[in-house]
Amino acid sequence: MPFYSPLVQEHLRNPRNVGEMPGADAIGVDENPICGDVTWLWVKIQGDLIARVTFKTRGCPAAVATSSACTEMVTGMPLATARRLTAANLAQAVGGLPPAKVHCSVLAIGALHKALAAYERARHPGS
Amino acid sequence: MDKVIYMDHSATTPVDPRVLEAMLPYFTQSFGNPSSLYTLAQDAAKAVDEARDKVAKALNCRSSEVVFTSGGTESDNTALRGAAFALQHAGNHIITSAIEHHAVLHACEWLEKRGFEVTYLPVDRDGRVDPKDVAQAITGKTILVSIMYVNNEIGAVQPIVEVSRIVKERAQAEGRNIVMHTDAVQAAGWLDLDVKKLGVDMLSLSAHKFYGPKGVGVLYVKRHTPFEAQGLGGSQERNRRAGTENVPGIVGTGVALALAEERRPSAVAHCARLRDRLIEGLLSIPGTRLNGHRTQRLANNVNVSFEGVEAESVLLNLDFAGVCASSGSACSSASLEPSHVLVGIGLAPHIAQGSLRLSLGPENTDEEVDRVLSLLPGIVAKLRAMSPVGEPTR
Repeated sequence: MPFYSPLVQEHLRNPRNVGEMPGADAIGVDENPICGDVTWLWVKIQGDLIARVTFKTRGCPAAVATSSACTEMVTGMPLATARRLTAANLAQAVGGLPPAKVHCSVLAIGALHKALAAYERARHPGS
Repeated sequence: MDKVIYMDHSATTPVDPRVLEAMLPYFTQSFGNPSSLYTLAQDAAKAVDEARDKVAKALNCRSSEVVFTSGGTESDNTALRGAAFALQHAGNHIITSAIEHHAVLHACEWLEKRGFEVTYLPVDRDGRVDPKDVAQAITGKTILVSIMYVNNEIGAVQPIVEVSRIVKERAQAEGRNIVMHTDAVQAAGWLDLDVKKLGVDMLSLSAHKFYGPKGVGVLYVKRHTPFEAQGLGGSQERNRRAGTENVPGIVGTGVALALAEERRPSAVAHCARLRDRLIEGLLSIPGTRLNGHRTQRLANNVNVSFEGVEAESVLLNLDFAGVCASSGSACSSASLEPSHVLVGIGLAPHIAQGSLRLSLGPENTDEEVDRVLSLLPGIVAKLRAMSPVGEPTR
């Protein structure tokens, strides 16, 4: 069993949906102040669905792979479903993470939830 | 995949075929316990003696001063605990550096919990301890000084000769004993291990760092050094390390160290040239920082940081291309903390996260250096394109 699952390796080799998104509806930023890893996530919403997601991450393979997997997973997903996603869902989506690397999956999910919250705030100012 | 390019010799080395050949008879033929009296066992005892002689020759010490252990970690642990407890009637102060291997640092922390006081000396930006700091740190209660010969992450060679002289002069002037230990695990095969020139009382080695087997270490303990054995049991290793000897491993260690000494001049010249080519090539990648001194470093060590890039992602991309290297970052441990060595030389945590260590061996070639230098700019560029910089925009 390699340290990183084949899926983690595949996402690092070919990360999906990398880059900024002009015209995004919201941006979520999450970072780990201790190790310095950062994830930015751009989301485009259509109705109640997430239409498109892109990301940028500076971090270890686990952080990059869970970011990449997150963008794949939530594209086309209803907002209500995406809000319930957890770091464990992302870890599972990349074939599991080594115990010491589980904390790295919180960046992508944190950035996603922050982006969705920012979108809600923009839609309902003052609420 | 292309042939694997191995540039992680500071992590471990393959067993030299000549070493393996020397070891094999002691698994199945001359398998006796060296403590037994019959001829079969005495063959094993003789082989252990011969290995001890070979190690003693490399260290320029007496064979009786060589203790075989289970590795570098046991050697370091035993050296620190063994000397500290043997001298606890005389004092409780220990001096070490902030960039030691964890086998020394964690032993120091363990001793701190048991009433000892430890001074962790800082290093300069190149990772070197200043002997003057050692002189200033010595108090009337100092009983032990442990400074590594060369740092495993950035290859910074420490001024052991000067430190030993300061320690010994001070101890002599005050008519007491201060034990001087050095962790030389990364030095074997690269630097002079002559303990008389170094002036040390104790020195640790690990066989698998010099083409010997894993699971065998050496602790040199100078005659009359205050030392309390840690493992308790039989009288092996002159009562300094109980337990039946790892005969094949010890035989392999003797042969490996003799071979390492034999090829040391050519290995140093060859690897230093490849090292300098690597450093020059890597520094041409924008945003690259060399960690440690440009020339005052071990002949086989390269350690660089790439701004805006995390090291493990570089490593895995190198692995995709068949290159084995290592990161200076300890993020794969649960601690999340960046390397204490890189923080020790003043790097910000996010720069320390980007550090890559390439450690060479005599079998590395110019073609392999070319290949690594052709791969890394693309890997760094790919990861930087993925890396957030400044403020997010949309």
